[in-house]
This record gives sequence, structure tokens and C-alpha cells, in this order.
Amino acid sequence: MNGYLFHTEDDRREMLRAIGATSIQEIIDVQVPAALQMKRPLDLPAAADEMSLERDLRRLSAGNASVSSHICFMGGGAYDHFIPAVVDEMASRGEYYTSYTPYQAEVSQGNLQVMFEYETLVSQITGLDVSNASLYDGGSAATEAVLMALSIVKKRSKVITSDAVHPEYRDILEAYLQNIDAELVVVPSGESGTSEALIDAIDDQTACVLVQHPNFYGRLEQVQQIADAAHAAGALVIQSFDPISVGLLKRPGDLGVDIAVAEGQCLGNPLQYGGPYLGIIACRKELMRRMPGRIAGQTTDRRGKRCWVLTLQTREQHIRREKATSNICSNQTLLALRATVYLSLLGPQGLKETAEHCVVKTNLARERFAASERFELVHAGPVFKEFLVRDRENDVEALLNHAQDQGVLAGVPLAPMDSQYSDCFLVAVTEKRTEAELDRLMEVIESASAARSNQLAQTL
Amino acid sequence: MRNQQATKLLFEMSRSGRRAHHLPALPTTAESATSLLPADQLADAPPPLPELAEGDVVRHFVNLSTLNMSVDTHFYPLGSCTMKYNPKRNERMASLPGLVDVHPLQSDRSIPGVLQMLYELQQMLGEIAGLPGVSLQPAAGAHGELTALFVAAAYFAERGETERTVVLTADSAHGTNPASAQIAGFSTRTVKSGANGLVDVEDLKSKLDDKTAVFMLTNPNTLGLFDSQVQEIADLVHSAGGLIYLDGANMNAILGITRPGDFGADLMHFNPHKTFSGPHGGGGPGAGPICVRDFLADYLPGPVVEKDGDEYRCVTPTKSIGRVRSFFGNVGVLARAYIYIRTYGKEGLRRVSEDALLGANYLLSKVRHILDVPHGDRCMHEFVASATRLRKEKHLSAMDLAKRLLDYGFHAPTVYFPLVVDEAVMVEPTETESKETLDAFAEALFRITEETGDTIELAPHSTVISRPDDVAAARKPILRWNSEES
Repeated sequence: MNGYLFHTEDDRREMLRAIGATSIQEIIDVQVPAALQMKRPLDLPAAADEMSLERDLRRLSAGNASVSSHICFMGGGAYDHFIPAVVDEMASRGEYYTSYTPYQAEVSQGNLQVMFEYETLVSQITGLDVSNASLYDGGSAATEAVLMALSIVKKRSKVITSDAVHPEYRDILEAYLQNIDAELVVVPSGESGTSEALIDAIDDQTACVLVQHPNFYGRLEQVQQIADAAHAAGALVIQSFDPISVGLLKRPGDLGVDIAVAEGQCLGNPLQYGGPYLGIIACRKELMRRMPGRIAGQTTDRRGKRCWVLTLQTREQHIRREKATSNICSNQTLLALRATVYLSLLGPQGLKETAEHCVVKTNLARERFAASERFELVHAGPVFKEFLVRDRENDVEALLNHAQDQGVLAGVPLAPMDSQYSDCFLVAVTEKRTEAELDRLMEVIESASAARSNQLAQTL
Repeated sequence: MRNQQATKLLFEMSRSGRRAHHLPALPTTAESATSLLPADQLADAPPPLPELAEGDVVRHFVNLSTLNMSVDTHFYPLGSCTMKYNPKRNERMASLPGLVDVHPLQSDRSIPGVLQMLYELQQMLGEIAGLPGVSLQPAAGAHGELTALFVAAAYFAERGETERTVVLTADSAHGTNPASAQIAGFSTRTVKSGANGLVDVEDLKSKLDDKTAVFMLTNPNTLGLFDSQVQEIADLVHSAGGLIYLDGANMNAILGITRPGDFGADLMHFNPHKTFSGPHGGGGPGAGPICVRDFLADYLPGPVVEKDGDEYRCVTPTKSIGRVRSFFGNVGVLARAYIYIRTYGKEGLRRVSEDALLGANYLLSKVRHILDVPHGDRCMHEFVASATRLRKEKHLSAMDLAKRLLDYGFHAPTVYFPLVVDEAVMVEPTETESKETLDAFAEALFRITEETGDTIELAPHSTVISRPDDVAAARKPILRWNSEES
């Protein structure tokens, strides 16, 4: 029998004797009606020992392209940033990953202090007063921020955002808002960017504006102006930001933003096909009591020693039930730990240099695309770490497949998620990329046309 | 010897000019970052993060880790949380580069292995649930609940039954049930439990009408009891036109023994981090895949994985509610569940639940001589005792018991939940604890009930801190380090 069970047959006999039952089946029978019990074994694969199963998993793993086997230029909300070894080492300690929510503060000071440090670091990178102990991911964090704003700005139901906010984030918002009394307005970005359009859409029914900066296309928005306009109209401003970008760019709090959210995957968390990730949220302290999720705070113990506890729990579902600020009853402590270790390692200088690498190398990539015959840059003007490329041959899928077969994940095709740019793909360049890899990217995608002509010639 | 430095904050260790992380030089011919960005967008300085050497960082986090109790180090009978052993092989296999280093927007053709694993997991969960429609997307149990309620809302909306605006929840339910219902746009009504701890069917009948959308049921319930009336409950709800949602928090009790789909549930979530051994990560990540009946599958969030011949691909169901988070889901957590289910296989999973029942009933048989257990002498995978009598007779509350247990080297059970039991002490031993551990825990409980005075009231005595001031923490919140305040 494979697995992790303890009891010997003697144990079982003794335990049943103490219980006063003759068999485990008898314990089941007195509780679960016979008619509801399964009469057959579950239809599942046979049990597997560790060695055989690992062989299977290695086979499953080997069949996939990954950022380990390929050069990655994919972004669109998840990025191939470097993860220092210390991050993996710390997060693989069982004392962290096999513990749970710090309900008993006395035996959870490690996790609680990490949460408090995480909250402080988030406050430092957002320029805002209060962070919670994390949410599920950047997309759902944006929606939680909108729900939070709707609960703060009373009697207003309009939520304004733009099509330069991550399409999946907007999908989440739509799924949540369609069941409650709220109206979602999505303004088009157009060639000049979205800031003016967002400002024009704000009115006296607007509860909040959700802007992404740098936006989904890597471009910079005028957040300060949006915030001024929103505040003048009595609305709140939510910014979805890139935690790496604040190594160079002004922080949400410096731009007048009320609630900042972010995908924290870029802070030392692996890509793992979409999750688990880290939802970052921070706000001004006046809004603190409407914040969703867990929060760790500082206090003292009975001997007067400084310590940390979960606090402001009267916001939460286990106390407030249907009146809670959110239904969330967990947080992503392990990923928040990774982000905390990551930011401790980088420090201000490391974060700044990482951001510089992104900007400089992204520009080097843009220069290469601009010089290419087949491709054009969709937008002029500054970007942070990704940009939109149009394929004049409108053959993005084949192009990216060709690149993948040559060992390059060349970008994110927009056709599946953004119909106005169906002939385009997003290219992201992190600090990990080298000039040689940029050259390789161009070599591979420029050879795609040639490869196709050859193929055509052969079939003719 | 405890390291006294351990509780210094990162920010208090910072020294200007220290650093741990270095990048290669940028190409000297390239344009500088500051010249590529507009001056009015640039910060004056990077964020004021702490400045540390690598050795500082490692010692800090290693020392902090030793201040936690964890499943790897202690018995953790936290009721409702299923703190079972987290297999090390899961960690290694789920960290293989072809699983952990995959970008979420990669094409289906580039990740056949990932999609095969996820497809097979969908099939496995559907089989264990007896509900064939599966979405792996939700990020946690509470997220799964909410997603399932979105599915129910979309189903009723399409049928034109927009008057179904009420979700019924049990008074013994997790707080997430009413909170999720509220966020999904429903109003909630509470169904009482009877004296036996099960759903009061008469009360349920009185609250069922043509406004009922969903009854959210936890079975086995939070008292650790299997509701033997579940078939009748399901029939009542269905004939009123409503759906049954099963909170799958307690699936560790019934794997291969009975299936939610067979006892009337229409929708449910799993907690793979509980039932299928995903580590709890200090509070997360988890995952909250949901399973639904055939007629609800078209409403599931996308993508889900389909198999077409030998190929796997991601598709969005035709009437999908959209999505509830970015990207596919918590694949890292799901991978561990997949590895766990494959390890135990068809017969092994039933043994997991059988041993969970055996351990819980064995501990119950010992604890009922120490504490009152209001709901009978049999349980499923967990039971709820009450410290009410101890409190009256010896001034020993559930909280005191919990705190003193820490001195004996045991994590505390869940206390003061479920709300339907006064001074509740909720114990879930799981199948991965030995008889010796359960004996030692019962012995510790007994010894504590013989203790008095400061030994109890000031407990714990052996931990790094004791009885933090929660009231002060909430009244004057300090939620981040501040150089002026410390």
C-alpha cells in the first residue's frame, strides 16, 4: 500500500476496541446511510510508488516547453524575472510551508513577522499606508479593490476602466459585477493612450477608476491627472502597477492613487502556468477598515514584548459572515514570504537596476523590431518592459509556433484576448535577457517567413 | 539556545550601502533608462527598501521559521483545516522545470504534459465528487464557493428564474458561505441545526420557496457529523426548484465511501490543500476547484482542458460565467493534488478516509472522558468538544486549553467554531498521525484539566511570546514598520 498511513493491524485492533466498534465499516454504517455508500471502488488509476510516479512526472514535464528550456519573451501579466537561490531555499523550509494561518500567535511569530515585513515592504513600493497580507493574484486583487471602492463611495455604481487594462482582469471584473448593482464602463485606448479618455468618462456617478500603469501594452499612463480628475468628481482611483517598475517610476501613492494593486509573481515567484501567484493590495489609511483579507499588526504580549498578531478581524467573514468586506479567508503567505525575501535581497539599488535592465533591453528589442521589414511597433512613445508588435504578414500564430520550435517563446499573441490587435503580439524583455538572446529572437522570427516560403515551395 | 536577534525586523537590520543582489553591466552603448522615460514619470529615488547582505537575509528568515509550529514539526489537530502530512515527493515532482517554469500564456501545443496532467486531474476530481463538470480555476475554497454561486446565478438567469435571489446557509456553516453568497449578489437566510447537530429539516422546509436559489450544505458538517437526512434535504431543495451546493471542506472523511453527486449535491468545491495534501503555506496558497452536474458544466469559468484524440487543449465553456482570476489556476497546488491522488490510487484514497475516521473516533473515545462532546459518541473525520462545564467548574475556557496545549508541544485545535457549540474545541487528527501521538495528546488534555491558576491563565509559558494584546492591536493599528514609531 503506497502512501503515508501509520497504523499497523495491531494498532487498528486496539483503536477499534477503545472505540467499541468491530470495524471501520461499522463506524461508517452508523452514520452514512447504506443507500448512499459507494458499491464499487473509485474509477482512478492504480496506486503508484514514488519511483514509478516520478518517472511518469518527469515524462510529463519533459514534454513541455518552459522558460528553462526556451528563451522567454512572454509577458502579459506574468514575467520571467530572475529568482535568486535564497528565495527557493527559504520558502522550502517546512516550518514555513507546512504551517497554516497564524490563529495561535504564540507559535506563529515567524509567519506573522514575515507578514508584517511583507506589509511594510508593500507600503514602501506603493507609497501607500496600509497593505494587507496578500490576495490570490493580481487580477482578482484588482476586482477586490473595485468592490472595496464601491463599498466606500456610497450611492455610486459606475466603475470606469480602459481597454489598456489586462483583458483577463477586465473579464474578472465583469464576472463579479454582473451579479451586483454596478455598471462597468470600458473606454477605448486609441493611438494616443487611454488617459484622456478615462478622464473624459468620469462623472458624478463614478465610484472609481481602474487604471493600469504601465498598461497592458507596456505604455505609461498619466495617473496623476486621472487621480486629480477622479478626486475632483468624488471618485477613488485604483492603479494596477508593476512592482518592478517602481525601481524607476513614481509609486502609486506618489501619484495620488487611493488603492494600488499588483501581480506579485514578478517578485521571486515561479511562473507555474498561472499560479499560485500573489495579489498585492495597498491603500490610504483612511480606507483601511474596508480592506479585504487578512492583516497582521504589531502589538505587545502579556510580558510587554513586541510581537505580531492577525488584526482588524471584525472585517472578516469568520466574524462578520454576510457583512464581511470580502469572502476571502486565506492569503498567499508562502508567496508573500518569497516576495519578502526577494525584496530584502534586491534592496533599493537592486530593484532600481532590475528596472533599468528591463527598460534598456526592452528598448534594444524595440530598435530591432523597428528596423525589421516584417514587423512594426504599434505604439510610439515610452514603455517599461513590454511592447506591442504588429506582424505585417498577419500570421502571428504560425510565427510564434515556428519560434517555439526553434527554442524561443517569442511573445504573447493578442488574437485570443484582444480582437483589435489580432495581428499583433506582446514582447516582454526582463533583466534576464541578453543581447545575444535578443539577436536570437530576431533571427528566429525573421526566418519564419523564409521557413514558410520553403514549406510552400516544397508542397508545390 | 534561541537566537535573540530573531525578532529584529529587516528594516532594523538595514545598513546603508549593504547589498545582496548584483546584476551584470548593461551594454555601454545602450541608451540609459532615465533618458528613455519621461522625466515627470521618474521617481526621485527607488523605494526605501532595507539594505542587507545575503547572510543577513538567510539568517533572518531561517531564525524566524523556527518560531512557527508546522505539520513537519508538530501535531496540528486544527479542526476543519485537515493538517495532514505534506509529502516531500509532491514538492520535488511539482517543481520539475517543465511544470514550474511554464508561462501561463504558452500555446496548448507547447505544453502537452501540463495539459494532460490537468485533464486527468479534472477527470479524477469529477469521479471522486460524482459530478462530471470540473473547473480547476478558483484559487481557494472560498473562491470556489463564490464561483459556484456565479454558476448557479447564470443558470437561473438563463432559465428566466431571476426571482431566485436567496441562498440558504446552515448556522453551523463556515463564515465564507454567507460572505460568498453576499458577494455573488444573493441575500442569505440561515437554516437552524437541530439538537442532534444536523440540519433542522422542518426549519429548512419553512424557508424553502420560489425565491430559493441554493442551499449551501457542509456534509460531513462542521461538527464532524454526516447528515443522514441528506437525501431528503436534496429532494426538498430540488422540488422547490433550488440547487444544492456542497462545501467540500470535509471531503477527507468520505473519499471513496460516498460521493456528493450521489447524495444530491449539484455543485461543490474541493480544498486540494486539505484533502489532497497540498501544504498550507502559512495560510496559503490553496486552490478551490469546483465540480458540477452535467447541466451546469456549460457555465463553468474557462479555460477548462478538453481531450481531442491524443491532443489536449484549453477551451472556454459555451455559456461560461467568464473568469474569476487571471490565467489557468493554482497549477502548483493542483499538481500536488494530482501526485497525491496517483500515489494512493483507487483503493488507497478510501483507506485515507477510513484511517481519518479511525483516528478521529479513537481520539473521541478518549476525549469524551475529559471534555463534554455534545453530539454523540461517533464522528466522521473530526469532532467538536465543549469546554463549557470546565469553564463553569474550573474557570478553564476553550482558549485556555488551546494556549496551554502549546506548552505540551501540540498545536491547538480550532476553538470557538462552529458557532453552534458553546466553548467549542474542534479536533481533526487526520490519518497521518500515529496512535502514540493521539494517546499523548489525550494525556496532555487530561493533565491540563487538572491544572489551575497561573499555570493555565498565563499559558503558554514556553513560547517566544504569550497572550498578545489583540484589543490594543485592533484599537490602535500598527500595520507597518515606521522609523519614527519604533
